[in-house]
Amino acid sequence: MSKRKNAERKSYRPAENIQLAVQILILVAAVIFALFPIVWVISAALNPSQSMSSQTVIPPLPETRTISAEAPGKLLRIASPEGKRVERSAEMILLVEIDGEEKELRAPKNGYVKNIRYAVGETFQTGDALYDIRSSYLINVDTLLNTERKPFMRWMFNSVVIASVSSVIIVLITAFSAYSFSRFRFAGRRNLLVLILLVQVFPNLLSMVAIFLMLQQIGNHIPFFGLNTAGGLILVYIGGAMGINIWLMKGFFDSVPRDIDESAMVDGANHWQVYWRLIFPLVRPVLVVVGILSFIGIYNEFVLARVLLRDKDSWTLMVGLWQFISATFGQDWGVFAAGAVIGALPSLVIYLSLQDQIVGGLTQGAVKG
Amino acid sequence: MNENSPEKRKRESFGPAAILRLGVVYLCLMIVDAFALFLVYAFASDGVWELAITVGLVTLMVNVINLRRDLYALRWIAPALALMCLLVVYPIAYTVYVSFTNYGDGNLLTKSQVIKLLSRESYVPEGGKVYAWDLYQNASGEYALWLTDENDGDKYYFATMNDFAPVIDVPAGADKPEEHQGYRKLSRAESLRASGEAQDLAFGAESAPIGIAGRKSAGEFAQRYVYQAEQDAVLDRETGSIFHPVYETGRDADGAIYRTGQFQNDAGETLRTGFIAGIGLKNYRSFLERDDIRIPLTRIFLWTISFSLLSVLSTFTAGLFFALILQNRRIPFRRAFRTLLIVPWAIPGLISVAVWKGMLNPNLGVVSNILRAIGLEPPPFFIDPGWAKAGILLVNLWLGYPYFMLVCSGALAAIPSDMYEAAEVDGAGWWNKFRDLTLPLLLVAVGPLLIASFTYNFNNFVLIEAFNQGGPPMVEAGTLPAGHTDILISYAFRLAFGGGRGADFGLASAITIIIFLMVAAVTLLQYRLTKGWEETSENV
Repeated sequence: MSKRKNAERKSYRPAENIQLAVQILILVAAVIFALFPIVWVISAALNPSQSMSSQTVIPPLPETRTISAEAPGKLLRIASPEGKRVERSAEMILLVEIDGEEKELRAPKNGYVKNIRYAVGETFQTGDALYDIRSSYLINVDTLLNTERKPFMRWMFNSVVIASVSSVIIVLITAFSAYSFSRFRFAGRRNLLVLILLVQVFPNLLSMVAIFLMLQQIGNHIPFFGLNTAGGLILVYIGGAMGINIWLMKGFFDSVPRDIDESAMVDGANHWQVYWRLIFPLVRPVLVVVGILSFIGIYNEFVLARVLLRDKDSWTLMVGLWQFISATFGQDWGVFAAGAVIGALPSLVIYLSLQDQIVGGLTQGAVKG
Repeated sequence: MNENSPEKRKRESFGPAAILRLGVVYLCLMIVDAFALFLVYAFASDGVWELAITVGLVTLMVNVINLRRDLYALRWIAPALALMCLLVVYPIAYTVYVSFTNYGDGNLLTKSQVIKLLSRESYVPEGGKVYAWDLYQNASGEYALWLTDENDGDKYYFATMNDFAPVIDVPAGADKPEEHQGYRKLSRAESLRASGEAQDLAFGAESAPIGIAGRKSAGEFAQRYVYQAEQDAVLDRETGSIFHPVYETGRDADGAIYRTGQFQNDAGETLRTGFIAGIGLKNYRSFLERDDIRIPLTRIFLWTISFSLLSVLSTFTAGLFFALILQNRRIPFRRAFRTLLIVPWAIPGLISVAVWKGMLNPNLGVVSNILRAIGLEPPPFFIDPGWAKAGILLVNLWLGYPYFMLVCSGALAAIPSDMYEAAEVDGAGWWNKFRDLTLPLLLVAVGPLLIASFTYNFNNFVLIEAFNQGGPPMVEAGTLPAGHTDILISYAFRLAFGGGRGADFGLASAITIIIFLMVAAVTLLQYRLTKGWEETSENV
């Protein structure tokens, strides 16, 4: 490559150095564009103040704020014990009596209740420190993981189970089909391949009415595959993933030379043996890639899951996160951000560690068909 | 092929391993068949014939494939084929069917389901009495009704499952007894719980049955609507008028409008519930004939095309640009730059779009705050149609360029370096090298991916849905849901499932078919342009 030749040269022309500087500047700008939303959402996840408007790029240091009494009074009841997480700023901490009247003292901000300095029945004077509110970087994560109305861990678990089971089955079934399309020559083979391809481009999002009604019917008799079940959703995902993956894998199987299995056939092996003993070990790396791509695709899918899963407990992660977005986005921004960061981790780790294999798989499969 | 040669066939049929394998195949097949037969029977007894037939046909196909030796190659594909038929082909066929019907809110049930529903409605015939009721129950669980004739001085009657008689031992208007003829009066809570069950019962003598009609009233009710099969009409016994199902929309001689899928009488009145009926090409014709569909649909169509094209163009250009820069080996931390630049690709799309949605929020978002800080008015990304489109393209650029950067990097690395050297010897500048050498070679490798990216964006529902759900709304659409940034698929989705403004599955399905035809055409084009096509044909 000409670039390599440049690199081997000892000295560079000034024009080349300017060019390099410009290129590095462009890359830095691009990285800022690429990473800004990510930095922003991580910062939001760590920011103890939950609302979007008060967010800063660098989250403020956790601080302890002491709340003092504005008037003399008597402590009647401790509504939020020490260590309790206060999510919303309006939550009641103490019930006090001031001038013979009951009054609720509410938390001024998001944090943990600490150091309540009075016991029930004790009196305090104006300016006396009553309790502390301590903020923390992890309060959004704590809220996310410990809100019963939004069982985040359960959603994550559902997502991982559904995506793993589906992708394993998808790889197994499509590998069989790909082997047949790659190794056998039968009447209608080409038409079948084209048909599979065309049928595949039908947006299954829009055959949802049919899928919904079908799962409903199936569920009346086999509850395991009905609406609102992981089994039913897995079935739908598997069915929808057949076409594209058969094509992708056929490309890989084609790249294994036919001489290998033909010589084994001559030695008396049958197709079953050729498949498991010869071809399968050779294509295993790409099967892993296809499996991982399916896993991520299903992990990220939310449209079908949203329509087919009704109960909060059966939701997948993306359906759950969608609730944050569609409802009180501004208010729950911090908690959503924490969920987004945790939810994005599996796919981020997989993509970045396997980037070369995945790109190789995508281009090869698509180009070779 | 090998498996067709005679010796091979003999070995396969008679070896002990082959017999074992055959046994396993038959066993699996039997399990599948038992399962399928159960489903077919269950669906058929529910009256869901289309599913029963589909499952039956798929099972038949699987059996034929596994039992016929000459279809050996298909055995390997059978599981995939069965799944595709059930979960892809059947839904497509169903969608095609729906696109020729009026299926939607107001017409959600089949005609026989509607008739069944109507037959449950009741009325009080002339001279029939209406009572207030209290529920009683005896030790063996049978219900009885204590009836109060409020129009006749609170006179009491008692109706068991087979008898109806005036109450003699309790004077009219007196307290109702806790126990009567071995029946115990149910408390308010108990009777509320039992009322669902009791509502289906007919009390009193068989000749004049008494039923519960509401929370307060019971009486000599009779079935109001009777379906008369020979005339294919529903008789309303209360008014005596006859409702005919309408299969074709039109006007009669007096100019009254008849609407398909309704039960309608000669006076033009319709029953509340309509049924699913074929309406031919009406859904497709409405693309041209109805202004509230034609105008939004045309705009949405044009935006879908330009959105897909612009997305592909912008992501490809940016990706190629960064790939070209990253080719320079003198750049420090090349690998790190590359990894950082593909991060957007590795984040789940829904999450990325949601974060962008937050960042672009005109009041609270960080982008708006930054713009305000440097003295600019933040653009109304969620109010103005033009800015909304710009916002979507910006977000999609962020989402999409890493893919093309990676793909282009790979393709650039594959271009032999001596070609560049030859060009340099000829005195070609960088622009000439790029235009005459790099780009053409790159497009050969990346071309199919550009087309794939086009079709992907054509149906990029998640982006639109998560960013602004197609908003801002389009005024020309009237009561139908349509927005300025809606693409075809999100428009169809909204017509079918959306907006609380009533679902029109028929119209949505018709649009789906149009999308399908267009994407299928582009896909065919793509494979004609690639080697994959030739390879398949050549190998047949």
